Amino acid sequence: MIKLVPRVENSTLMILLSPLLAMTLTALSAYLIFVYILVDIDVSSVFYTLFVEPLRDSYYFSELLVKAAPLMIIGLGLSIGFRAGIWNIGAEGQFVIGGIAGSAVGLYFYNVEAFWILPLMTIAGILGGMFYAGIAAFLRVKYQVNEILVTLMLTYVAVLFLSAMLQGPLRNPSGFNFPESRLFHDSALLPIIWEGTRLHIGLIVAIILSLIAWFGIKKHMFGMQIKISGSAPRAAKFAGFDDNKTVWYSLLISGGLAGLAGIFEAAGPAGQLTPGLPQFYGFTAIIVAFLARLHPVGVLFSALLIALSYVGGENVQIEYNLPSSITQIFQGMLLFYFLACDILIKYKVVLFKTKN
Amino acid sequence: MNESLFISIIIGISIASVPLIFAAIGELLVERSGVLNLGVEGMMIVGALLGFVVMSHTGNPYLAVLSAMLGGMAIASIFAFLTQFLLTNQVATGLALTLFGLGFAAFAGRGYTEETIQLITAVPIPYLSDIPYLGPLLFSFNPLVYLAFFMVYLVWWFLFKTKQGLILRAIGDNHDAAHAIGHNVVRYRVMAILFGGAMAGIGGAFLSLVQVPIWGEGMTAGRGWIALGLVVFASWQPFRIIFGAILFGGITILQIHAQGLNINVSAQYLSMLPYLATIIILVSLRMRLKNKTNRTVPNCLGRIFHSTT
Repeated sequence: MIKLVPRVENSTLMILLSPLLAMTLTALSAYLIFVYILVDIDVSSVFYTLFVEPLRDSYYFSELLVKAAPLMIIGLGLSIGFRAGIWNIGAEGQFVIGGIAGSAVGLYFYNVEAFWILPLMTIAGILGGMFYAGIAAFLRVKYQVNEILVTLMLTYVAVLFLSAMLQGPLRNPSGFNFPESRLFHDSALLPIIWEGTRLHIGLIVAIILSLIAWFGIKKHMFGMQIKISGSAPRAAKFAGFDDNKTVWYSLLISGGLAGLAGIFEAAGPAGQLTPGLPQFYGFTAIIVAFLARLHPVGVLFSALLIALSYVGGENVQIEYNLPSSITQIFQGMLLFYFLACDILIKYKVVLFKTKN
Repeated sequence: MNESLFISIIIGISIASVPLIFAAIGELLVERSGVLNLGVEGMMIVGALLGFVVMSHTGNPYLAVLSAMLGGMAIASIFAFLTQFLLTNQVATGLALTLFGLGFAAFAGRGYTEETIQLITAVPIPYLSDIPYLGPLLFSFNPLVYLAFFMVYLVWWFLFKTKQGLILRAIGDNHDAAHAIGHNVVRYRVMAILFGGAMAGIGGAFLSLVQVPIWGEGMTAGRGWIALGLVVFASWQPFRIIFGAILFGGITILQIHAQGLNINVSAQYLSMLPYLATIIILVSLRMRLKNKTNRTVPNCLGRIFHSTT
């Protein structure tokens, strides 16, 4: 028989080992899927395309960083909220609203070329995301309505709203009725930091934000507050922490960052507002936050890992004609294994003989 | 309003609300046992896919519904194993289940997006359905519609009229006490989770076998999440699920008919209605309960249980 015995202290070794174990198990499962389900495929070359090629080819590597940037920014916000036990599951919706709000500003000043347009768009994007997550915060504080359900429902609403905007006020007037906005002109586009690629300044912003968040959580009282609110809600109450404040801050921070990622996506790789703006980043960032164990710097690395699966997954799709959903399956499996392996941190696995 | 339009609206509402009833009544039992499974959407889509695939290969509606149930249970068993034996966080695991289920169904169903199947149609009950007015209103539905209402009754009966139901509720309210007097917390919870999976599976299959004869990625369109909202709305009381589901069915039908009536609102805004309604209803429930804590919430909902003995 197998029994779980709680450890006195969390195992530091396992904190480091369990993500590696989870990755190994995911790779193993992926291998089995390729061998037994997609029989007529050369597994080693698929694995090469999935995991090695994006790292060796400079174009694919730049695309990996392009995809990692929004995941880092959203994942960072989510990790802060999740620490406090505030489950903002609708980052996807805040991402979309941020993209719409920022783009609307950019399109309003379509005929103006000025340095202040991009900062203004960015602020609009952040405020859009904050407003949208703020709805959930308000309903939770005022009416104790569960934020998981509200943020999720609002995600569906946001995607429909994007579609309505692109068929209405934000549609390109000379675009033959396609549901797309005008292309942003140069002063509404994010600066490129790697010539010849789509890699934009968002990556640098993500890294700076992550360091700020890390420092903030370590040094600032608010970091303490969200940590205790999440792990020991009763203790937080006795310590006099304001519950409502935790809810508001968590949702506004994660919503604002999701909105920022949204406008960066529109003003960065997309260059316009299209129905294809939401690419599941808001949901994938949940996986990113967990893989990072909700650590603000860890998010940078887990976002790179997940971005690798995106880029590798796309290449596999094209080269081997596999469906895009395969990426999603791997990401889901990775999270399953990761959550499962974490038990090794808090518990010892002990084998014992059953008494007859 | 003429009579046939009225009846077609009633039937429309029932068709729109039944998937929600199935998914929500399953989740209600799960939550009563103290487990929060956010994977309903994932289990529904797997049920929708399996029901569709089996129907298109065998043409047998019984087999199709049965496999949808088994599919829902299979994917729910991942959740059961992780949360009950490996003690993972239920919120995170449920989300992973939804993401995985959506990905898995899209992957496994990629060869079926062009196919259509024979829908499971309504079976008017002989003689009874001929009664004027009452016949079409009560006795000429799809068999699965009756099953949904029966399941609600069955869950109510189990929870409040049987000893096992009492134990399950006790586990949901205080798993340590229930464990101390010798009840097997994990076994009850695993069974509840599997039941929830089976119900979500049928609910999903209803979409692809009764509502539309096709399969599409993401065809559950958030219904799993609405079902989760319904459980809260119903304050964990089985019969209130029916009331809530009919309300949503009504809103969905309203949206479809409004589009038909050429009301000057773009389709996107009408499609937002069910999602906005979920939020509004949850808020109004809270306003009604103002300043009172909702005493029907299972106390141990979402908490991890680990026995050291």
